[in-house]
Amino acid sequence: MKLHIRGGRVVDPASGRDAVGDLYLADGRIAEAPAGRADRVIEAKGLVVAPGFIDLSARLREPGYEYKATLESEMDAAVAGGVTSLACPPDTDPPLDEPGLVDMLRRRAKALTRARLYPVGALTVKLKGEALTEMAELAESGCVAFSQANAPLGDTQVLWRALQYAATFRLPVWLRAEDLWLAKGGVAHDGEIATRLGLPGIPAFAETIALGTILELVRATGARVHVCRLSSAAGVELMRRAKQAGLPVTCDVGIHHVHLCDLDIGYFDSHCRLEPPLRSARDRDALARALVDGTADCLCSDHTPVDEDGKNLPFAEAEPGATGLELLLPLALKWGEASGLALAATLARITSEPARILCVASGRLAVGAPADVTVFDPGAAQRLTAASLKSQGKNTPFLGYELAGRVRYTIVAGNVVYEA
Amino acid sequence: MQRNPQLNANGELQHLLSIEGLPREVLTRILDTAESFAGVTEREVKTVPLLRGKSVFNLFFEPSTRTRTTFEIAAKRLSADVINLNIALSSQTKGESLLDTVANLSAMHADIFVVRHGSSGAPYLIARHVKPHEHVINAGDGRHAHPTQGLLDLFTIRHYRKDFSRLTAAIVGDVLHSRVARSLIHGLTTLGAPEVRVIGPQTLMPAGVESLGVRVFHDMRAGLKDCDVVVMLRLQNERMGGPLLPSAQEFFKHYGLTAEKLALARPDAIVMHPGPMNRGVEIDSTVADGPHSVILPQVTFGIAVRMAVMSMIAGN
Repeated sequence: MKLHIRGGRVVDPASGRDAVGDLYLADGRIAEAPAGRADRVIEAKGLVVAPGFIDLSARLREPGYEYKATLESEMDAAVAGGVTSLACPPDTDPPLDEPGLVDMLRRRAKALTRARLYPVGALTVKLKGEALTEMAELAESGCVAFSQANAPLGDTQVLWRALQYAATFRLPVWLRAEDLWLAKGGVAHDGEIATRLGLPGIPAFAETIALGTILELVRATGARVHVCRLSSAAGVELMRRAKQAGLPVTCDVGIHHVHLCDLDIGYFDSHCRLEPPLRSARDRDALARALVDGTADCLCSDHTPVDEDGKNLPFAEAEPGATGLELLLPLALKWGEASGLALAATLARITSEPARILCVASGRLAVGAPADVTVFDPGAAQRLTAASLKSQGKNTPFLGYELAGRVRYTIVAGNVVYEA
Repeated sequence: MQRNPQLNANGELQHLLSIEGLPREVLTRILDTAESFAGVTEREVKTVPLLRGKSVFNLFFEPSTRTRTTFEIAAKRLSADVINLNIALSSQTKGESLLDTVANLSAMHADIFVVRHGSSGAPYLIARHVKPHEHVINAGDGRHAHPTQGLLDLFTIRHYRKDFSRLTAAIVGDVLHSRVARSLIHGLTTLGAPEVRVIGPQTLMPAGVESLGVRVFHDMRAGLKDCDVVVMLRLQNERMGGPLLPSAQEFFKHYGLTAEKLALARPDAIVMHPGPMNRGVEIDSTVADGPHSVILPQVTFGIAVRMAVMSMIAGN
């Protein structure tokens, strides 16, 4: 299969290329100029041709939560959002703590031939925070990292040993920084808004205290740690210093947290019930800046489809999370534009940077790289409605918003898997 | 941000969910209307036909005696039919969702839902889902709001003090968990009270409470100085011996209202309490039963205030 993408604005953050031109794909890879006649020509005039997006956190809800979403529906959502690779956290039911489960999930995903799936294995058995999983074996069956997802790990002895063990096999560990005890019972950022609404709060220092612990343990063990969903200005500051000190740490920020803050909860909008909680406007601005200056490495959707029953509840009882795969591009563009960034710099946060963290060859348009490409119209605005979302989760605070950035073609391994 | 969900497009009260966001004129009108009903409760024939033919559903997901009863009396005096549902003992325990419960009651032709729920914001959720002719009155949601209590507190203060513009009021105790405190604070600041104080240990103060427009005192004696109004909050016994407070004795010593501490307030200060009281924990019996106490009149006024709210929202 040979593909010729003609006359688009080719933007490759990894190389800095940003020019109108052609892109050739052959045998599942980015190719040199014409090696014979193309099987298909895609006219990309006026469109952006970029590496396929890489999302470090997308819940597909299988196994166990098929009533919220299925692998099929969410893989459709992924490619509709231009996402060609995604990492899925282990908080399924049962959690991804056994090679058999990981195998099955990868096989199911492969059979769907849509986005590439990179499972993140459970760090502890059943995510209970007590016993280590067989990380080495899970890595052999395809786990790219190990994590507790949003499950708490309160026991610092276990965390220490888990990092030592992972470091032994050079396996990356992805962690949310949130102190179990300080966050207990909380549902919103502990501040003026939570006080007004009478919602139990989670203080920002629940993040910094946990982050301080994680960074000390990284220092002690040499484990490669990626911090997921940073949420506070103080957390950003700790990460900045850790990176300056040369610690092997990276971090990401969720798409909602660079645009929204606790004020957006309004009159108890349960779509704004997220983990970590939306914090103050100052925190939100610090996160957006951290992503500009590189303190935060990448932006992820933290895609979490929740059914209507899970959201039609009083705020504190509602299930946390928002659908995000199809919002990754529009919300990244919105952040990039508000920050005055060049398109390549914006796209780096959802292509080359997450590729670096995942240690994969995609996320770039270099010759020989996997032919994962997304072609989109950056100016095309569309009103976000439940019907316009392919994801089974319609839960997003952005319903009704007019958002720019529409995916036209999604190509994985040289095959067009989505077009609109 | 969405329109304030308790007002309709004409700025009229559609639901009563919180005092916050209600304009001063609306609050004053509720208090004035309550004043006119206060007379009704003194009459031989205590009913008026304003809600004749309407059904009021008391939907209490948390136990309550005083609030539920006064709502019931208020509705009956307005000639409404009152249906009391003790949800804690029925459908919720069978796993029915909050909105399903409401939809079922709605099918039985409700006009007003009086809702108490343990989760902040629950009445907002219900208000978003009821039919246009149905009204929701918040009778206490989590730590968020208890607007009719706040209104009856304002009514009581106005009754004894007339003028809010020179008032110093202190709210004492467990502000962190108190929907009563939040509602009263919003009411007092909206009506122009120049100084609203909250008094208690740091563990019972919510984050950034100053942003509500109050002054925080940790020393009760300093906080009570020259107050016109002292509102004592109920302190639940479950809070004792945990991470928030060591013991009832120590709390009472520092934050319990005694005659000796009350002497620091103005000589004509009034003492209020939303009930139920824990004598010897937050308030001494000599004060609760003493000449400054207006705790029982508060209960009586509560009926008039709830009549006012229901008639303004759904009156014929």
